[in-house]
Amino acid sequence: MLRNSLYLVILAAFAVITFALVRNWQPAESLSPIAEHYATNGPAEVGAANLVTAVVVTYRGFDTLGEVTILFVTAAIIGFFLSLFHTESPEESSWLAPTSEICSTASKLLIPFMLVLGAYVFINGHLTPGGGFQGGAIIASAFVLMLLANPKSKLNHRIIALVESVSGVAFVFIGLLGIFLAGGFLDNRIINLGTFGMLISAGVIPLLYVFIGLKVGSELTNIIGHLQQTQKNR
Amino acid sequence: MHWFSLEYLALNLGILLILIGLWGIITRKNILRIIISFSLFDTGTHIVIVSIGYIRNRTAPILDTLALQQDTASKIVDPLPQALVLTAIVIGLGVTALLLVYALKLHETKKTLDIHRFNDLKW
Amino acid sequence: MIYLTITIVLGIIILIMAFIALYHRNLKVAILAAGVVSLFASIVYLLLDAPDVALTEAAIGSGLTTVIFFYVLNKIQRNDAEK
Repeated sequence: MLRNSLYLVILAAFAVITFALVRNWQPAESLSPIAEHYATNGPAEVGAANLVTAVVVTYRGFDTLGEVTILFVTAAIIGFFLSLFHTESPEESSWLAPTSEICSTASKLLIPFMLVLGAYVFINGHLTPGGGFQGGAIIASAFVLMLLANPKSKLNHRIIALVESVSGVAFVFIGLLGIFLAGGFLDNRIINLGTFGMLISAGVIPLLYVFIGLKVGSELTNIIGHLQQTQKNR
Repeated sequence: MHWFSLEYLALNLGILLILIGLWGIITRKNILRIIISFSLFDTGTHIVIVSIGYIRNRTAPILDTLALQQDTASKIVDPLPQALVLTAIVIGLGVTALLLVYALKLHETKKTLDIHRFNDLKW
Repeated sequence: MIYLTITIVLGIIILIMAFIALYHRNLKVAILAAGVVSLFASIVYLLLDAPDVALTEAAIGSGLTTVIFFYVLNKIQRNDAEK
């Protein structure tokens, strides 16, 4: 009982701090100065219709590079830890009951559409809501459906590792090209900016988002594949 | 009457979720429940950040119609918190996955998920 | 006005689901409740004029996180059962 009341005291202290911050809160009336700069100069400098994409890939592109690095390290650590669980069993794992015919047939119908939806989301990231991270998550969900509907299917880990490394290297290479051909690292004015609102516009942003989408999708699929292989251990 | 607005309600919802997540981390014993509380804590923080950037009577920062392309700075909400939260959600997934793999390894060593039994580092 | 009532209803459901995630005895129900919290938070993001964030939260928070939780829970319970 004493321990519970101590926990309540800690929580009450935290609540007092946060509500003291909330009490003096006023609703915002206008954009902050830096957001105003992004809003007025964004379409002219970057050429992307989706301003969040312009911020994530161009104005704050270095943070995106950091995030991609964190995801890569996470996938590597999980792969390392879970590979200690694998045993090369000679016989096929037979405890996994096969799923019903409706489920396996419907999954075969749905998976190509989900892959195309994921590709659509990250190719059109600069025109509509979406982008590399959302498209990569949708592609990983398609592979989760494949692994759940046919338990005997296996992922080819070499192709996934190849796609992931090539996308990462290409992303950094395009960023480095920006130093020599345009303003700085990850500048998107290497290619001509093009007409506002068309698919081929906003410089290198579609290409960058394609590589980010492929990288995030293959990394999340890698994580799910390692977790699924721990289930076969007896 | 400014406290009956959308962003104020969302701000309070986010802070309540943060407090619930913190309560779960402090009081629960099962390691998996602590990880679920971390996930709730993350979701609460993201709601707080996105609700700070909201401005009333404005629209999303996507310039798809011609009317939005002139005089943009007075018609859109703040795009900067949304970009930050985009990154934060993906990193939250990575941290949750790492926590779960560590919980798996911990369960393999001592066959229990009670966090009070892992006192190897206590004095 | 309609957005305010929708937000209040969603907020109450989110808080109830968060309590279920912490205090229900069955771990599978707790994980599903955390997934539902993410799903309704995605709708709240849409009401706050943030479609990018709503897409990301729905795909990652409510889809992939729940799947990873269930894989790990299954392996732990299988290890417990065969010991």
